[in-house]
Amino acid sequence: MNRAPLLDVSGLQLETRQSAKRVVDDVSFTVDRGEIVGIVGESGSGKSLTARAVMRLEPPAIRRAGGSILFDGQDVTVMPGKALRQMRGAKVGMVFQEPMTSLNPSMTIGRQLDEGLALHSKLTTVQRRALTLQMLTRIGIQNPEKSLTVYPHHFSGGMRQRIMLAAVMLMRPALLIADEPTTALDAIVQRDVLELMVELTREQGTAVLLISHDLPMVARYTNRIIVMEHGRIVEQGATVDVIARPAHPYTRKLLASLPNRGPARTIDRKVTPVVRARDIVVDYPGRGGLFRKDTGLRALHGIDLDIHPREVLALVGGSGSGKTTLGWTIAGLLKKTSGQLAFAGEPIHRSSAGWRQYRQDCQMVFQDPYSSLDPRMTIRQLLAESLRTLPQMDDRARNRRIDEVLDEVGLPAQEYADRHPHALSGGQRQRIAIGRALSRRPKFVVADEPVSALDVTVRAQILTLFSDLQRHYGFSCLFISHDLAVVEQVADRVAVMQSGRIVEEGTRDAVFDHPQHDYTRKLLSAIPLLEATATGGVQTRWRFQPADPARDTE
Amino acid sequence: MKFKPNTNLLLGAVLCGTILLAALVGAFWTPFDPMRPDFAHRLLAPDSIYWLGTDEFGRDALSRIMYGATTSVGISFMTVAIAMFAGTLLGLIAGYARGWVDRILMCFTDALLAFPGMLLALGLLAVLGANKYGIVAALGIAYMPSVLRLVRGTVLPLREREFVHASRVMGNSEIFIVFRHILPNCFGPMMVLATSMFGWVLLAESSLSFLGLGVPPPAPTWGNMLAGSRPFMTQAAWLGIFPGLCISMTLLGINLLGDALQDKLDPYSRGK
Repeated sequence: MNRAPLLDVSGLQLETRQSAKRVVDDVSFTVDRGEIVGIVGESGSGKSLTARAVMRLEPPAIRRAGGSILFDGQDVTVMPGKALRQMRGAKVGMVFQEPMTSLNPSMTIGRQLDEGLALHSKLTTVQRRALTLQMLTRIGIQNPEKSLTVYPHHFSGGMRQRIMLAAVMLMRPALLIADEPTTALDAIVQRDVLELMVELTREQGTAVLLISHDLPMVARYTNRIIVMEHGRIVEQGATVDVIARPAHPYTRKLLASLPNRGPARTIDRKVTPVVRARDIVVDYPGRGGLFRKDTGLRALHGIDLDIHPREVLALVGGSGSGKTTLGWTIAGLLKKTSGQLAFAGEPIHRSSAGWRQYRQDCQMVFQDPYSSLDPRMTIRQLLAESLRTLPQMDDRARNRRIDEVLDEVGLPAQEYADRHPHALSGGQRQRIAIGRALSRRPKFVVADEPVSALDVTVRAQILTLFSDLQRHYGFSCLFISHDLAVVEQVADRVAVMQSGRIVEEGTRDAVFDHPQHDYTRKLLSAIPLLEATATGGVQTRWRFQPADPARDTE
Repeated sequence: MKFKPNTNLLLGAVLCGTILLAALVGAFWTPFDPMRPDFAHRLLAPDSIYWLGTDEFGRDALSRIMYGATTSVGISFMTVAIAMFAGTLLGLIAGYARGWVDRILMCFTDALLAFPGMLLALGLLAVLGANKYGIVAALGIAYMPSVLRLVRGTVLPLREREFVHASRVMGNSEIFIVFRHILPNCFGPMMVLATSMFGWVLLAESSLSFLGLGVPPPAPTWGNMLAGSRPFMTQAAWLGIFPGLCISMTLLGINLLGDALQDKLDPYSRGK
């Protein structure tokens, strides 16, 4: 066995074909056999492009301007087409981010798994089938025989990502490139898939290049970390060193951007709640036709919820748990099938007199800042629209309020008021969205995953802004998020949802420190946490670790 | 062919401007009477008196083209306006309301689309009578379904966008949302369709005239001039060439103008 690294990238430069703009500059790193290396960076840092360039799979608009890529001693950059194809798949495998689109929907699982083996090995059909079945069993697919004949849409996102992993690992590649392999998945599933990936690669001695924006997650699984910013490597080294003694300011910034828990606030819960929901039921109608009745789906099964003045109540749960449905129903965007809503003690429904007032006082921040601002309107117009329905506000007062709001969200009016949303970054857009919701000085805000679409450092800024404004104006908030780390930073109280029911509810500290329900425990045990050790090192542990069984029985 | 947006705008404006000017002037004044036959000067080639020559009845081609421009451009404008207005309105309703309204509207649309546009217009003309307004109505109805389909298709994803929900949370009415957020975001595709439709209508009017179902003679349109020139193609090619050129130049001008306008209207190319 030779001692040279498996992958040796040196001085890699990538630029756009059109304007010769450097997108990756002077990137050098190595990956040894069997080693797990993480590339961490925010969007636009060039981490995915670097990984793709390793397989010569950079998009057509990107050109390699310099540098060499040695894989197993061979120069990938000068490899002829045939050798390149033999390397791809057989020696280097790749798992992509989006499990919903990375499997061909019109091919059975069996055929997709067989494709690579048939191409790269000389095994017989029977042998290949045996290998495939063995692998499916290995990744925990129930009834592997049957799953060979079904199509990808029969499987959930997590299962598809396992299958994708199986398809790649069947080839026993020497290197696995995983580009944000679990970003689209729920926390619990994410942990399962990553652990499976680590186990499989360890068994086969495969090296892994794990690309992610999630620093704690990468720290948990890797031996070494490469930190990228603006197309350059700013720091690389052993994971423990980088985390414990970050040398570059950007790494420090990334680490400082991780959400952390502030001191608990005291909320008076004896007064009338701002919003009280009782026995909320929401059914999604089925796709019944003229001659067909479809019973539909019950999304919420009788939810009770109180949100008190000045309180931030976080709603957490996996996808499909009904948390967004509940938020939208409370904001009045979805019709409830039954149940009561009360605002400041007054029962309200769509036709009641209090509804207009509720519309004034309840605002919403949406998840995707790219979709929540009308692209045709300027920032001033967007904010003016929000103030339009306010009575007793003339043009001057409105413009003054707009300037004030823009100032509050840190985007000075002279510079930003006349821009269109597309001239702003994602973080700036979300600032506008928050400003728009708060411009009416609402008493209650529903925030639907307000930071999920943002990069780590931007997310930290937006969360700080949001908390500051919340403290200043004292509005109550229903904060919907799948990200428990974020919730831990902003929430006063937490409600955990699963399959349309609230399974646990309590103060933040109670839920995070002493989770009672199994589902909450599972959620918490899928969140990696970076912790300083007494000896000056860093360890990662799960947010919740099941207590010692021995102690449990006491 | 890809010009810079400004070149597009300039060229389109010049072409459309010339045609519009010709149509405007032609409505009130032409060098010669476009209708009166003059058998002494039949089938003359273009010269210094008859700039574009004369036809088989000795009528001045330039005068007829100018006079015909009023009719041709007028018909196209009215037809496109009717088709766009009705199609957009119904498309907005169908796409935004969904449910049974949508189903019924789409049933009718699909039924209309099942006929070739030309055949539909022919049938309608037989009922409405072959005159200017008959043509406008027939072609308007024939082209309306494609607008409806386009607008509805554009509205469907738009109504699920978060800025629409955001507007609703602000307490704005559905009507306000449709006109403030939905309709303006449909302008891009609508503009493209309207400009190409202008061309189709101009051609369709010509075809109808060619078949003898257009504006009845002796009133000239570019279409019936083109049709009338056919027997004399070998002796007097200019009779077909000039109305044909007018049609293609108008189409080019409108397409260029449409492209340029769309660039100007597109929020993504503004304000950086």
